[in-house]
Amino acid sequence: MDRTKEMIKKLALSALLATGLAGGAHAAGEVHQEIEDFDFSFEGPFGSYDQAQLQRGLQIYTQVCSGCHGLQYVPLRALGDESGPGYSDAEVRAYAQQNYEVFDEDLDDYRPATPTDTFPANDAVGAPDLSLMAKARAGFHGPYGTGINQLVKGMGGPEYIASLLTGYTGEQMEQAGTILYENTAFPGGWISMAPPLYGEDVSYSEGQPEPTLEQEAQDVAAFLMWTAEPKMMARKQAGLTGVVFLTLLSVLLYLTNKRIWKPVKRKADEA
Amino acid sequence: MAGIPHDHYQPSTGGEKWLHKRLPILGILYDTIMIPTPKNLNWMWIWGIVLTFTLVLQIATGITLVMHYTPDADLAFRSVEHIMRDVNGGWALRYIHANGASLFFVAVYFHIFRGLYYGSYKAPREVTWIIGILIYLLMMGTAFMGYVLPWGQMSFWGATVITGLFGAIPFIGETIQTWLLGGPAVGNYTLTRFFSLHYLFPFVIAGLVIVHIWAFHTTGNNNPSGVEVRRGSKGEAAKDTVPFWPYYVLKDLFALAVILAVFFAIVGFMPNYLGHPDNYIEANPLATPAHIVPEWYFLPFYAILRAFTSEVWVVQLASFITGGIIDAKFFGVLAMFGAIAVMALAPWLDTSSVRSGRYRPMFKWWFALLVVDFVVLMWVGAQPTTFPYDWISLIASAYWFAYFLVILPLLGVIEKPLKRPDTIEADFEAHYGASGGTAQKPNVAPAE
Repeated sequence: MDRTKEMIKKLALSALLATGLAGGAHAAGEVHQEIEDFDFSFEGPFGSYDQAQLQRGLQIYTQVCSGCHGLQYVPLRALGDESGPGYSDAEVRAYAQQNYEVFDEDLDDYRPATPTDTFPANDAVGAPDLSLMAKARAGFHGPYGTGINQLVKGMGGPEYIASLLTGYTGEQMEQAGTILYENTAFPGGWISMAPPLYGEDVSYSEGQPEPTLEQEAQDVAAFLMWTAEPKMMARKQAGLTGVVFLTLLSVLLYLTNKRIWKPVKRKADEA
Repeated sequence: MAGIPHDHYQPSTGGEKWLHKRLPILGILYDTIMIPTPKNLNWMWIWGIVLTFTLVLQIATGITLVMHYTPDADLAFRSVEHIMRDVNGGWALRYIHANGASLFFVAVYFHIFRGLYYGSYKAPREVTWIIGILIYLLMMGTAFMGYVLPWGQMSFWGATVITGLFGAIPFIGETIQTWLLGGPAVGNYTLTRFFSLHYLFPFVIAGLVIVHIWAFHTTGNNNPSGVEVRRGSKGEAAKDTVPFWPYYVLKDLFALAVILAVFFAIVGFMPNYLGHPDNYIEANPLATPAHIVPEWYFLPFYAILRAFTSEVWVVQLASFITGGIIDAKFFGVLAMFGAIAVMALAPWLDTSSVRSGRYRPMFKWWFALLVVDFVVLMWVGAQPTTFPYDWISLIASAYWFAYFLVILPLLGVIEKPLKRPDTIEADFEAHYGASGGTAQKPNVAPAE
């Protein structure tokens, strides 16, 4: 049995090594980026979205980001998800109606949005869609292509977004007719998006934290993590259930296996 | 079915007898599940069941995903988001399927290296080995095409780079590339044919798995001692073996449950760790990602592909001899496929008469180095091609070939193997007998 334990240990170690190395896939071409490791409520196996934070993030998205960006894959009805922003049906309907217009092919005209529509796409100025942004960027890499940082801290999508929003240095330059802004989180250091947030850009309702730049950046990053992964809570729940049940099953199977083999091994003992 | 003597299926009831005369299917199932299996198999023999399970898992989740997926360049990316957001449990299906591919390759690499260490490829199991290599090649094709289906940036550009390899073949390369893609560049026609083949290949794999199992059930399993089961009589064989059911079924299920617990932790808590963030950006033929990196399981062979640049003397020599027909790009392609080909030829390259690496004192070290080499190749495959990575990949690639083409043939001649146990029974008793390690657990009463 010692041999077995040793073997399992070896297997586990090499599997760990293999997965660690696998993370190397993301590590290629590490560019210098300053990504702050913000603490988000949804981190870790037991973490969950902070409903108030998602609501604040939605507010910033609606009042600031949506001027240039879209959320074309996110259905408005999802704003009523209990594990998401958790608005009531009436609130979702009112939000959709007041904020967005969608083109209706049947009417051949624009009409106010309803919960069954998605947030509109927005390519007015060529800004990328934000639906999946928190999963389409990695904040953490390495070290040395091992992917260990991503294993420990996570992929760092929301951290990247929050760091980007707070990472403007104030410097700017003109290149081929475009103004670029220096940003410590953006790969390459110069981004064409003007600083969108300064702090106090929105007014949060009573009982909420002050809308400082840091606070706003984290709120909108959390909101975008939710738009990218609306089923995260269900996923972690299922993962936990799976792990617990399979662990129990493993124990039972271990004992069964041991018992079944006992006569075979004892015979060898007596021989 | 097996060459090992054992009790065969006897139809007992009237119904069984009726069916058995017309179709001996119960007999085949019985003999398959009750096959005498060496009783000294260690934990490296669990991967076959893990692989079989994963194949079924991938087919089951895949078939369900197809019900909601749209293979059209304009709609594919959106339909994946539809699966993630609108389909009940769709996120689970997709994350299990995507990470299932990684589980598949983790298991297949352990399985292959198990075979390489214990000499499972040697006579009389060459056919099992060759079929296994074919399955592995089909797995790579299936995984590659599956990664194209979400139609993200890495899907698109990965397909562009990999099919570009075929373009490196002299004279006919471009024609082959166009034929594979269905047009001049990756587009909707590529997506639809990849979708079709991604659905077809797993069933071809399933067929080959049956042949793979048939082959090793004919020769009998290899085992850690590499000593064959005695086949003189049923009684003799029974001393070396136990029936697969229930002994190995239970053992394999236990291992499978442990592995699945880890698997579900990854699916539940970090499902995107093994993927690439760029694949959450819809494919855009006009924007090339900064770094196009294949999935982790392709990295060792991708490293070999990139290792042979035009500055390497072997490449220059090949180019000079062939009058420039073999350029660096084509040489890289040859090296990549050659790396798998030399592995396929292991049964004939290995000259040692001793099967198990356990009794080969020199082989052990070269094999350990091969494992390290594989891990290094996997790591360097994701690194840039600058110094020192270019040198590391070149040395690591060279060792891969040296192991199969030089070291394996030579070792059989110069190595002096250790004494092997006479029988599997003796090997088993060495572990569990009075002199061995049975008394590990102090609370177990010692045998009288």
